[in-house]
Amino acid sequence: MAAADSVKERAQAIRAKIVRMAHAGKTPHVASALSCADVMAALYFNVLRIDPAAPQDEGRDRFILSKGHGCMALYAALAERGFFPAGILDEYARDGGRLAEHPAPHCVPGVEAATGSLGHGLSLGAGLALAAKIRQYSYRVFVLLSDAECAEGSVWEAALFASAQGLDNLVVVVDYNKYSAMGATSPYLEPLMEKWKAFGWSCLEIDGHRVDDIIAALSRVPFEPSQPSAVIAHTVKGKGVSFMENDLEWHYRPPNEHDLTRALDEIEGRQP
Amino acid sequence: MRNAFIRGLTALAERDRRVVLLTGDLGFKIFDDFAARFPGRFYNAGVAEANMIGVAAGLALGGLKPFAYSIVPFATLRCLEQIRNDICYQEAPVTVVGVGGGYSYGANGPTHHALEDIAVMRCLPNMTVVCPGDPLEAELATLAAGLHAGPLYLRLGRAGDAAVHIPPLSFSIGRAIVVREGRGCALIATGSALPVGVAAADRLAIEGIDCRVVSMHTVKPLDEALLRGCVKECGALFTIEEHSLIGGLGSAVGEWLAANGIGCLLRSYGASDRFAHLCGGQEYLRRREALTADVIAASVRDALKEWVRC
Repeated sequence: MAAADSVKERAQAIRAKIVRMAHAGKTPHVASALSCADVMAALYFNVLRIDPAAPQDEGRDRFILSKGHGCMALYAALAERGFFPAGILDEYARDGGRLAEHPAPHCVPGVEAATGSLGHGLSLGAGLALAAKIRQYSYRVFVLLSDAECAEGSVWEAALFASAQGLDNLVVVVDYNKYSAMGATSPYLEPLMEKWKAFGWSCLEIDGHRVDDIIAALSRVPFEPSQPSAVIAHTVKGKGVSFMENDLEWHYRPPNEHDLTRALDEIEGRQP
Repeated sequence: MRNAFIRGLTALAERDRRVVLLTGDLGFKIFDDFAARFPGRFYNAGVAEANMIGVAAGLALGGLKPFAYSIVPFATLRCLEQIRNDICYQEAPVTVVGVGGGYSYGANGPTHHALEDIAVMRCLPNMTVVCPGDPLEAELATLAAGLHAGPLYLRLGRAGDAAVHIPPLSFSIGRAIVVREGRGCALIATGSALPVGVAAADRLAIEGIDCRVVSMHTVKPLDEALLRGCVKECGALFTIEEHSLIGGLGSAVGEWLAANGIGCLLRSYGASDRFAHLCGGQEYLRRREALTADVIAASVRDALKEWVRC
């Protein structure tokens, strides 16, 4: 379990990997990956009970990236944590490579579920959490949702099911970066935390870029006995690269050579 | 077949602790015994089929052997993407159980009719499609599903399906059952249409045409060896299914003939490409689609005559 300072360094390392992958793979979704980098660092370097040397251990905590398009953050976190050599990241979005723009099943060690179509991850997570109860394992299941994804009806089907079954080993983190692919999410999502509460979840609202707060929140789960926990993490789309922040362009545009240099300068703290 | 399914599942759950049953709020009272006998292994997931299928996939990823049950359209079409991505793509060993194949829920109307499910389930990679032809097949198919390593779709009839087989019966997924030997032609039926095929063969026997009757309970993968034998020894194939003529058993057999360059007479009986706007029970709807033993027998007889002439 790494301390907060070291987790912050890992988050920046994850960000650097993300922008490199988006540049080399010429892919979209760089801003979606950046918004969850701090949550991913906190999960993989502090919260999750996992062992990169035993990625199939039955008792391991599970993490499901329901917002599959943010997978550069997942691949980067897994490589950073040692689940596979960082060189494999070069296969991202390459012909014949293992790392697709949405995670494929068992593509690399550490990827627990195939995602890409939104609204699937929470049901999978609820099934895994229920399996832990049935088989008497103490593992927890963490599911990262995008905010826009919360418009999918299946998310709320799963939310009802999880609270009805008392799945206190299930944790949702909503990467609330305020943007869907076409515009703002808050006008139709708010009040978001009240919705989760109304569905029987115990909730916390945090700044999704303050690593100490993320760790503090996720270390306290379940927030209430016999209830699933939801963390509404307020984030900034494109966080960490000033010219990508809050600009929907970067939901689509891959960074060119110049963008990459500027982005890495910012992430790695060099003066331009 | 519904009760046969539960009998099979209960036997399976007795010997395999991984078996878990989910229902989309259907099956009033019929699961009570299962639920009482196997605490913590029966879940009513509510009227939320997409979530039920995702949960089933998650349970499978967590080392369990889930069966997810609902009426065919809700078990297959409502949650199709969950079946495709969560079950098939991830090769999760989930059995999707659809009750009410064909016109079993006749007077409930087209929302409850099951005429496209075989076509849709069949085109999903990694999916095995099993449509038992009578209650005994349904019970044995359930047991076989429990031993199957990947995704499986089990298409049941409803209650009161006619018995075709007399026990004991040997049943394996992917291996069709010859119900009656014959060389005049082959009547190949799947699912609830099997008794119709047997009755058609009875009528043709009176006219001196000895039909081989086959229960092609597994539509994917097809029993190709058995089909080859039918082509060689019977010459003419007639498929019968309570399902759309688009994409079901008839299509599968036709695709197989074409892909292998095999020329032989093939005629398919099934539902035409339309919704049943008029209300009616299963027998009425079958008559309306010419899915009765009399009509099929007459058509087979005519086709064989025609075929010999040309």
